[in-house]
Amino acid sequence: MEEKKAYTISVYTENNLGLMNRISAIFLKRHINLESITASQSEIKNVFRFVFVIKLSEDKVRKLVGQIEKQIEVIKAYYHTDEETIHQESALYKIATNLLFDDRQIQNIIKNSNANIVTVAKDYFVIEKTGRRKETEQLYDELTPYGIKQFVRSGRISVSKEAMNISKTLQNFNY
Amino acid sequence: METLELVEKQKKATDTIKMAGAEAVIRSLLAEGATLGYGYPGGAIMPVYDVIYKYQDQFTHILTRHEQGAIHAAQGFARVTGETGVVFATSGPGATNLVTGIADAQIDSTPLVCITGQVASHLLGTDAFQETDIIGISTPITKWNYQITKAEEIPSVIAKAFYIANSGRPGPVLIDITKDAQMGSLDFSYEKCKGIRSYTPKPEMKINQVKAAAELINSAKKPFIVMGQGVIIGKAEQELKDFIEKAGIPTASTALGLSGLDTNHPLHVGMVGMHGHYAPNIKTNDCDVFIAIGMRFDDRVTGDLSRYAKQAKIIHFEIDPAEVDKNVETDIAVLGDVKETLAALLPLINTVAHTKWHQEFKDLYAIEYNKVIKQQLEPTKEGLTMGEVLEGINKETNDDAVIVSDVGQHQMFACRYAKFTNTRSQVTSGGLGTMGFALPAAIGAKMGAPDREVIAIIGDGGYQMNIQELGTIFQTKTPVKIVVLNNSFLGMVRQWQELFFDKRYASTEMVNPDFVKIAAGYDIKANKVSKRENLQAAIQEMVTSKESYFLEVVIEKEDNVFPMVPTGAAVSECRLS
Repeated sequence: MEEKKAYTISVYTENNLGLMNRISAIFLKRHINLESITASQSEIKNVFRFVFVIKLSEDKVRKLVGQIEKQIEVIKAYYHTDEETIHQESALYKIATNLLFDDRQIQNIIKNSNANIVTVAKDYFVIEKTGRRKETEQLYDELTPYGIKQFVRSGRISVSKEAMNISKTLQNFNY
Repeated sequence: METLELVEKQKKATDTIKMAGAEAVIRSLLAEGATLGYGYPGGAIMPVYDVIYKYQDQFTHILTRHEQGAIHAAQGFARVTGETGVVFATSGPGATNLVTGIADAQIDSTPLVCITGQVASHLLGTDAFQETDIIGISTPITKWNYQITKAEEIPSVIAKAFYIANSGRPGPVLIDITKDAQMGSLDFSYEKCKGIRSYTPKPEMKINQVKAAAELINSAKKPFIVMGQGVIIGKAEQELKDFIEKAGIPTASTALGLSGLDTNHPLHVGMVGMHGHYAPNIKTNDCDVFIAIGMRFDDRVTGDLSRYAKQAKIIHFEIDPAEVDKNVETDIAVLGDVKETLAALLPLINTVAHTKWHQEFKDLYAIEYNKVIKQQLEPTKEGLTMGEVLEGINKETNDDAVIVSDVGQHQMFACRYAKFTNTRSQVTSGGLGTMGFALPAAIGAKMGAPDREVIAIIGDGGYQMNIQELGTIFQTKTPVKIVVLNNSFLGMVRQWQELFFDKRYASTEMVNPDFVKIAAGYDIKANKVSKRENLQAAIQEMVTSKESYFLEVVIEKEDNVFPMVPTGAAVSECRLS
């Protein structure tokens, strides 16, 4: 059994209804659980980019990416190890406002973790932290004693170190 | 996400005609050369059916007795013609009844365009009458699907559907059209789809891959070929024949590849797989170069993968990059259309005879003949065997019938014992193993190949899974021949129960009705044979009949299909008894 590893799968697609369903069905059919999903516009107009993070053996990832790329509206799919990508996640932490003033320590935590305060309202304030999973988790652990009212973390966003020549792929299409 | 913007450039035709969406559906089909469809009407697709009525002199619609019958008929048509099969169904249950056929077409790479009606777009998501999310349901089992909610999308989406269904590795496409899109109007003009930027139907041939393959083949002492349906789909039968004749390589076939090469060809060494022939299974684990052509190493072909052709260098000719290294790791992958790659290979190949190597196949065949085949063709038991029925059919049809088989023991007998002279003569549900496939598929096959003798070979179980399609045969007077090999059992499951479950025959014994009487009710000529001395005459009468004909043959009850590679065994552990 090959060793499981975290892989980032980047999928460039047409911006079409139902494509998310079509791609996720490929994971479901193989009983593969997703660590995270992000979908957004890519660097090319009208081309969408999905970023999936999964833990699998390389052999399985390769086959999976082959099946994804085979879908009609998928332009190109890639997979990378963590070392081959620059990746980040974003997290929001909602905390009671009185703590910000009553407990000076919380301001130090925010400062030391390079987090930002997004908003301060009468009852609550919101901290935003972007970074690696370890960093958002560390901040979570540090804030937990003060009581986190709400916490949410985005899926991974990632760019690869190597070039992904999507524009070139699209240019080769001459119809 | 936004709804689809068709990025494919559509030339704006100057002269357009204003018409309703439903009419645009049929006009689009006609523009694709599709003049025949199978289906079943219902509320949400009625506007399309109204247009079918209007265009009945140009477009033939076959009313089946169930939507599953419609889609299997379209599959049968597509498999014998290579053209795209067309299916219509209404929303809700009409659409869901297509699901088995769609999955079957997907796994067997059969080109289909299924058109389903859908509730009006303002009702989507309201649990309206006969609303079902057929796009969601069919997504994992279609090559592509799309929901049309505006009439003006119809021509370009149908053009795309036909292009996708029957290019590259073919497959089923489902187009769901809301009722308001069918009733809305558009300025109709039709432009065939020539390409989609995110879809490469076939990878470009790389001559270096072909050269590397040729080098390896030329160096082989014991080369062996397994051809799959890719040869037939790719219309590469002649290229395959030229190649194997020059290279002198014994060639076996997968179940779906059968008839791609004349079964009487001296280089044809039978079928591989669980119930394949002895020699090709044994030799898979003895050859030095294994050449896979348009096949996908299904588990029923390979048995235990960890002990499959491990001694051999593997060459894989394949159109679908996702199939390469999926189940079996290749040494050389030759991507591309086999018609092109095999043609490019031919001049690079040395002329060899491999006489001694051939003899080894013949010797193994002799063993299989004595231990297995002889008992089928010259049985000593009183009961009739499936093998002798197939042999009788070969005789009466000069090895040139289109054999449409269902799923189970009789299917494996059909694959093993039927002889094929011409390509596209073997129609069966291979990957999905859909019981109930053969009767409707035979109707479509006969319509696709009206000049050929089309014979459905079905077990008593599968026959009753779509028996209602006798009504379609009756109404359309399609002269399809039906042979039911009746052993009063779900034979294949019973065989497994006998071999692996200590003969506990759980729910496999069938108490059957009088099939001859049922056929008579549909005014189909019918006969029942249970004695050997009557068999050949009965087959002859069936084959010479100009009309549809039903022949029930009472088979020895507990007969088994051998050879057999049990689940988990290596192909070289093929059992003869």
